[in-house]
Amino acid sequence: MATLEIKDLHVSVTSEDAPKEILKGVDLTIKAGETHAIMGPNGSGKSTLSYAIAGHPKYDITSGTVTLDGEDVLEMSVDERARAGLFLAMQYPVEVPGVSMSNFLRTAATAVRGEAPALRHWVKEVKAAMSDLDIDPAFAERSVNEGFSGGEKKRHEILQLGLLQPKIAILDETDSGLDVDALRVVSEGVNRYKASGEVGVMLITHYTRILKYISPDFVHVFANGRIVESGGPELANQLEAEGYVKYGKQEAASTS
Amino acid sequence: MAAISNTADTQHGLTAHSHGAGVPVASRADHFTSFDVEAFEIPGGREEIWRFTPMKRLADLHKGAPATGTATVEVAAAEGVTVEKVANGDARLGVAGVPGDRIAAQAYTSFTEATVVTLPKDTKVEPTTITVTGPGAGQVAYGHLQVKAEMFAEAAVVVDHRGSGAYADNIEFVVADGAHLTVIVLNDWADDAVHVSSHHAKLGRDATLRHTVVTLGGDLVRVTPTVAYAGRGGDAELVGLYFADAGQHFEHRPFIDHAVANCRSNVVYKGALQGEGAHTVWIGDVLIRAAAEGTETFELNRNLILTDGARADSVPNLEIETGEIEGAGHASATGRFDDEQLFYLQARGIPEKQARRLVVRGFFQELIAKISVPEVRERLEAAIEAELQAVEA
Repeated sequence: MATLEIKDLHVSVTSEDAPKEILKGVDLTIKAGETHAIMGPNGSGKSTLSYAIAGHPKYDITSGTVTLDGEDVLEMSVDERARAGLFLAMQYPVEVPGVSMSNFLRTAATAVRGEAPALRHWVKEVKAAMSDLDIDPAFAERSVNEGFSGGEKKRHEILQLGLLQPKIAILDETDSGLDVDALRVVSEGVNRYKASGEVGVMLITHYTRILKYISPDFVHVFANGRIVESGGPELANQLEAEGYVKYGKQEAASTS
Repeated sequence: MAAISNTADTQHGLTAHSHGAGVPVASRADHFTSFDVEAFEIPGGREEIWRFTPMKRLADLHKGAPATGTATVEVAAAEGVTVEKVANGDARLGVAGVPGDRIAAQAYTSFTEATVVTLPKDTKVEPTTITVTGPGAGQVAYGHLQVKAEMFAEAAVVVDHRGSGAYADNIEFVVADGAHLTVIVLNDWADDAVHVSSHHAKLGRDATLRHTVVTLGGDLVRVTPTVAYAGRGGDAELVGLYFADAGQHFEHRPFIDHAVANCRSNVVYKGALQGEGAHTVWIGDVLIRAAAEGTETFELNRNLILTDGARADSVPNLEIETGEIEGAGHASATGRFDDEQLFYLQARGIPEKQARRLVVRGFFQELIAKISVPEVRERLEAAIEAELQAVEA
């Protein structure tokens, strides 16, 4: 039973002049089998939370702890965190020219699983996973994310999620920029991952629409660098109706 | 700090070269050429064509250093290919171009024996390998090589430079009408070697040249490939890969002289640099003369700086004397290692060293894929792998 435990997390970024505090004391525990939606207005620090957990060098952890099954995540390098079972589906996946998707996926799977997957089995596995996400097999020979549309990038993030089978998945605005069909396909991919075992999901989103496909067990409202309110799925309905006005932002949470 | 010249900023590691930054002081058309070494002044290092070169490390090749040894030239000729040794002064030599700097003229004056490799007409032959071994540490040698592809020949030639010492030479590529010549020049010298080489390619009507230079080893390597067209329909592709380590100076100065209508050229050079004092220079000159209507040309240089202390200079020069062309463009970009790419790969569990290797291999991949001789391609992949392991050690 995996548990990701975040305690009193403070994070700063250093811009041109002085360090700026973005996260101001985040407390959150995600257990296997749970899906937590983190909802908040733009600029509230949601993405910073995801990148800080993944270990992006731009973010300085000034205080607090993050543990995965009791192990200190903050002491681990970026790749160690991934191999320990953390996965971040990025809002803006990075293009890596000259590295084919198939080479990348196999290298990542080898690293995470601790041994190279048997070739024959692996080819079938990737083919099936791509087919599930309506990804054209030709993408396997293209460079990682290079020239992909926004929707294609997101499908490939979820493809990696399915193949790497992390203990805890953090999905950073995976719904942004997706049309209705793509949102459904991507959400189904996340639900297959959830159904595959005892895994935990942190679903970061601005809008409620993805929650119609992926049901959260808990909803947290994120504002000004911390969680300001927590509840069940009903909290999402409230945000759907009222937006983030109550939290000091004139932003809607619904797209309708 | 790594010095990055000719780039405005380095967002995401790569920047577009701004137009107009590389207009030369003097037209390339006025560039002086001569077979006579005495026609050239001894360069002091401040001249436009020498200003990037560390003159003190040239082993006096520019000051008339006498030959004290010879480079060994061995040819593993494919069936049907003719190999001849001819004396300096043979009438067949010097047809592809005229030396454009003092060291090239010195080499032309000073070599004793030239190697002429002739690829038979109307025939497709297997790759021929020419291995040139330097004269040995502390020795100076001059040489001359001519590769001649007869009409409608179809052939590949690998010129493999290795060993020690100082070596200056001219290499002629005479590509007759309709011939298709693939050339791969490897500069895989020992750490002490100094090599100053001028390539002169002349393309006949509808001739095709695929010219690749790979520079991996040597203290100072300076290659000046020049392409000229003798008839319409000529098509030249110049590809370069280089990987400079601490203290190495690798300089590549391709020049495409479009003086004939309806010809095509494409120049792509990519380099990686690592270590204190690693220095690469790329000067890409393209001249489209008034008569060269219908020209299509593009040149590109990209440099990837892997560590502090390395410096890449990159100057594309494009001169156009007629508006009646198909297209002309140039681009240059020099950047640091992209940390976002590294983060992305690591976030998928791939350890940092392996992630770095993936990114660098990816950087060179499009050029390696173009190398049509599998043994050379494999050797190059292995060499890049070794370079990357060296920096991690």
